[in-house]
Amino acid sequence: MKPPSIFRWMMISEWRAHIMQIAVALIAIAIGVAMAFSIHLINSAAFNEFSAASKSLSGQSDLQVRGRKAFLDEALYPLLAKHSSIALANPVLELDVAVPGKQQGRNDHKLKIIGIDPFRAAQISPDLLGVPEEGETLDRIASDTIFLSPAAMEWLQVEQGDALQLQAGLQAITLRVAGGLVRARAGQRIAVMDIGAVQWRFGQIGQLSRIELKLKDGINHAAFKTRLAKELGESYWVMEAADQEARIANMSRAYRINLNMLALVALFTGTFLVFSTQALSVIRRRQQFALLRVLGFTRQQLLRQIIAEGGFLGIMGSVLGLGLGYAVAAVAIRFLGGDLGTNFFPGVKPGIFFDPWDAVIFFAIGLSVTLLGSIAPALEAVRARPALALRSGAEDAVMAKLSSPWFAVICLSLALLFTQLPPIFELPVFGYLAIALLLIGGITLMPRFAAWTFASLLNRLHHERIGAVFTLALARLANAPNQAAIALGGILASFSLMVAMAIMVTSFRVSIDAWLGQVLPADLYVRAAAIGDQGGFQSDAQNAIIALPGFDRVDFFRTQQLTLDINRPDVTLFARPVDKEDPRNTLPLTDDVIAPGSLPEEVMPVWVSEAMVDLYGYRVGEKVVLPIGAVPSEFLVAGVWRDYGRQFGAIQMQLTDYQRLTGDLSVNNVALWLQAGTSSDTVVASLRQLPFGAALEISRSSDMRALSFEIFDRSFAVTYLLEIVAVVIGLLGVAASFSAQILARAKEFGMLRHIGVMRRQILVMLTAEGGLLTALGVVLGFVLGWGISLILVFIVNPQSFHWTMQLHLPWGWLLAIAVIMLISAALTALFFGRKAVSVQVIRAVREDW
Amino acid sequence: MKRNKSGSNFNVFVMLLFSCLLITGVYAESNRLKPVTPDYQLSFPMDYGAHQDFRIEWWYITGWLETEDKKPLGFQVTFFRYATDRNHDNPSRFAAKDLIIAHLALSDPAVGKLMHVERTAREGFDLAYAKPGNTNVRLDDWTLVREEDGRYQVDMQASDFGLQLSLTPTQSMMLQDMDGFSRKGPKPEQASYYYSEPHLSVTGTVLRQNKPVTVKGRAWLDHEWSTAHLDSDADGWDWVGANLDDGSALVAFQIRAKQGGKVWAYAALRDAKGNMTLFDPDQVEFTPIRTWRSPHTEAVYPVAMHIRTGEIEWRLTPLLDDQELDARQSTAAVYWEGAVMLTKDNKPAGRGYLELTGYVKPLTL
Repeated sequence: MKPPSIFRWMMISEWRAHIMQIAVALIAIAIGVAMAFSIHLINSAAFNEFSAASKSLSGQSDLQVRGRKAFLDEALYPLLAKHSSIALANPVLELDVAVPGKQQGRNDHKLKIIGIDPFRAAQISPDLLGVPEEGETLDRIASDTIFLSPAAMEWLQVEQGDALQLQAGLQAITLRVAGGLVRARAGQRIAVMDIGAVQWRFGQIGQLSRIELKLKDGINHAAFKTRLAKELGESYWVMEAADQEARIANMSRAYRINLNMLALVALFTGTFLVFSTQALSVIRRRQQFALLRVLGFTRQQLLRQIIAEGGFLGIMGSVLGLGLGYAVAAVAIRFLGGDLGTNFFPGVKPGIFFDPWDAVIFFAIGLSVTLLGSIAPALEAVRARPALALRSGAEDAVMAKLSSPWFAVICLSLALLFTQLPPIFELPVFGYLAIALLLIGGITLMPRFAAWTFASLLNRLHHERIGAVFTLALARLANAPNQAAIALGGILASFSLMVAMAIMVTSFRVSIDAWLGQVLPADLYVRAAAIGDQGGFQSDAQNAIIALPGFDRVDFFRTQQLTLDINRPDVTLFARPVDKEDPRNTLPLTDDVIAPGSLPEEVMPVWVSEAMVDLYGYRVGEKVVLPIGAVPSEFLVAGVWRDYGRQFGAIQMQLTDYQRLTGDLSVNNVALWLQAGTSSDTVVASLRQLPFGAALEISRSSDMRALSFEIFDRSFAVTYLLEIVAVVIGLLGVAASFSAQILARAKEFGMLRHIGVMRRQILVMLTAEGGLLTALGVVLGFVLGWGISLILVFIVNPQSFHWTMQLHLPWGWLLAIAVIMLISAALTALFFGRKAVSVQVIRAVREDW
Repeated sequence: MKRNKSGSNFNVFVMLLFSCLLITGVYAESNRLKPVTPDYQLSFPMDYGAHQDFRIEWWYITGWLETEDKKPLGFQVTFFRYATDRNHDNPSRFAAKDLIIAHLALSDPAVGKLMHVERTAREGFDLAYAKPGNTNVRLDDWTLVREEDGRYQVDMQASDFGLQLSLTPTQSMMLQDMDGFSRKGPKPEQASYYYSEPHLSVTGTVLRQNKPVTVKGRAWLDHEWSTAHLDSDADGWDWVGANLDDGSALVAFQIRAKQGGKVWAYAALRDAKGNMTLFDPDQVEFTPIRTWRSPHTEAVYPVAMHIRTGEIEWRLTPLLDDQELDARQSTAAVYWEGAVMLTKDNKPAGRGYLELTGYVKPLTL
């Protein structure tokens, strides 16, 4: 027979005989590739759409000038417009404005309004020019008109010519929808108004968000950027389009990378399954291979045979996975949105773009992972001496080489070392590597551990009356640990990762619960839709609220966005009354604080979130300069607080300091503590009766908690989904490897039947084996998972999102999963056992010559 | 005008300027803006400057230039001020109360077609303005300023052409029609204030393909302001202003009626000594001699004209045919504005500019 036909014959006959394992391995690869590919597709679609949408807003400018604060004085505009190197200066005022009756979520009730001068914008961002009715071009520069993107029109349910009510601080204003923005991207919810109209109607007279610049021909952009930054000084940022892209990329980078990592976990589990399928198949066919060698097959031919089989599996699985991944991505993006419900990419409706190169890359990953899983078994098969291998019963020895303790020890110590290393490019690369090494090390140690556990169990129970069946099961597990370990590999990988994720999510959830208790101490929170640089409540409104009866305490907050680094998203500034005696009463501080008594009198303290420490290098006790007030002022970092709300950083300061520096007495938020015996309903009713009552956003702290958890759970919905996928792959693995082993042991069962063991007893033995093995896998998986969760909680999370949390274990949930795994493993063993023992006794034994 | 729907084009502003004079009753009469009345006495230097109480106003300069190698060039410079009659209560410095629009065009027989560029901006921030008191208009770096001695300075640079001219009056100004009260139709309110400065002596430089060329020549300035709309029957107008070789100045226009014929016409001839002859509407007659079909807009313009003012017959021949100003990509305005040579009794009589509006008919919806 020619080699190609031998190859086909061997592969097809093997696959036909073990269609189940092959199918499982195929599904594992396919699911792994599909998860990774779909997440990549969704992420890149969402990210590309989000940055394209952001880009379309800022047009084709060469440079942009922004203030360090959210807004800058319009006086800069004529200076730049007259600058000898600048061809065009395009002033922009951008506001997120609340829409009454659209307050379903945290951020999704805002309409982005872009104020432009159409005569300037026509040359830099023509997409933002509204299309008015025929002959009504002056609507573009009117003070009572607004142009809406198709998505915004749909969302607000208005059409050209309709009236639209918006909230400007405490006032409701009515605008006329003068037309559409036909070039807005699908799903992009934006509105355009004349810049003078936005300044006036939203109380932003004199303010701009940014000035976009087009330079004259022949001006070197980079050199001019540096020069202009110098000319403008400290209070302004000069940025290029590339800076803006980096800023957008930074916003979602940690989220995207972590999601990709989770997807790779599925692929990783898949690798173990391929490995176990291939290993078992090689073991099963030892005699077949030995015979071929004796008949003249070379080692290379054999090696090629096994690797080609794996490769074939990899190709099929990867192709299947690409198709599945594309379908999953399409469905997910349709129903969950591009950010899978996490609000990382608000206001865009991405479409999936199929890039053949991406497909090739993910195909290659799938294939190489499969080949990786095939190499070790293939090498072993080739190395075996034909004469020995022809003999039956030496199967267990074959895996011994793979479980060298040194390899495991090296993996584990490297993992330990990696946990101590800092992030690379602000990504927890070493954290993820440590997790992978921990898994590999743990799984490699498995056989030794299994042998040791079951042997000692056997010794201990030797004198007890546990019955022949259990003794047989234990003896089998203790003496053939390598085969057991293969079955365990899959369980271990998936269960430990699931445990780790569960612990991480629970820790996060419990920590957030405690944190919300600290940050939402009041009973009611009242917010006036903030508009731009102005807090919604002016002094008279504040006094009106204080004058209401029924409150124990009223705190006012002023929040604002600061740009401290042009490449990073904005930092949130909170100005509020912080308890001078003990800031802990106001803020969820970590242990890193200056004791309240030892604060010098003359300095202004700020308390920074953990992200500020990671991203901006702020240290407690250090002096920092912040752009608050007319000129930047110096502050003392007095403490670090935990913030799960803003991963890009937040700063808290005393409201009195803020008001002294800025002269801005307006606030955006009010926290209200009710007097004992006052019902919140009466208070809400009296707030509503204030002259500006209709414009208030009143939330009970209990509602805010509920909303926070809803957002949290939605954010982790994908995580749950990935976990379930990992568990299913793991269980499939258990089923596959059990079935393979049990069928391979037909001779053994035949022998047992001959010496008088009942068929039922064999089944009990198999169930016990399955149960014991899974129990060990679950216990080890738990230990391994716990170790991984430590890395996730204390390394990956702080390094990616810049927040720390306390460890909490979801015992009930873990137990439930463990029981489910035990039962399903035992049932699988039983199911395949029935098949094995149904073989005729004589035939089963005759095989063993 | 389907193009409006494409969104990016900045359409209409100039179209609107013209249609504002052309179409009656699009906007309700504003009580903020003043009407044009015959009893107003123009007073200078005040009336050189902007009149913010009127809806629309323009300073319009055309002329013939000659390069050092004796090659002819035509130029047109227009600054419009347009009161939006909106945003009066908006305190923002960005509130668009007035718009400044400017056109610059150069007719160069060597190029064979009109080079033109136009800009629009809202008045404000000292970046764009039309100041009262004396002629002083700016649109970014484009300026038109009348100095104390009566000399005008124009400075306009586009990306590949531009001009920097100094224009010195050689004659007294010419108040049109009834001492500057210029009727534009049969109804008394259909009028504008209108004076001209013919025979301005020009020196300066023109930038062609970014190469400066020294030029000198003769120019004509019109300053006109109004709040009124033209008769609803009006279709467009033909206008000519010419500096004649004997030192006299000729201006003539007709407002065409939609169904043919004319709604109104006017002509004035002032000789070098300053004696002014005015012609009644029925004494003024425009007759096309030759038409030219624009390859850009398919409009057909009577680029060569026969004009009769009383007993005098004038024949107008264009410097080049393609002097169409097609600004649809930016302002949606399309008109023919060209340098023309005048002959009387088959003898060269002078040089001027012919303006033909309302010949493009895409205004169907």
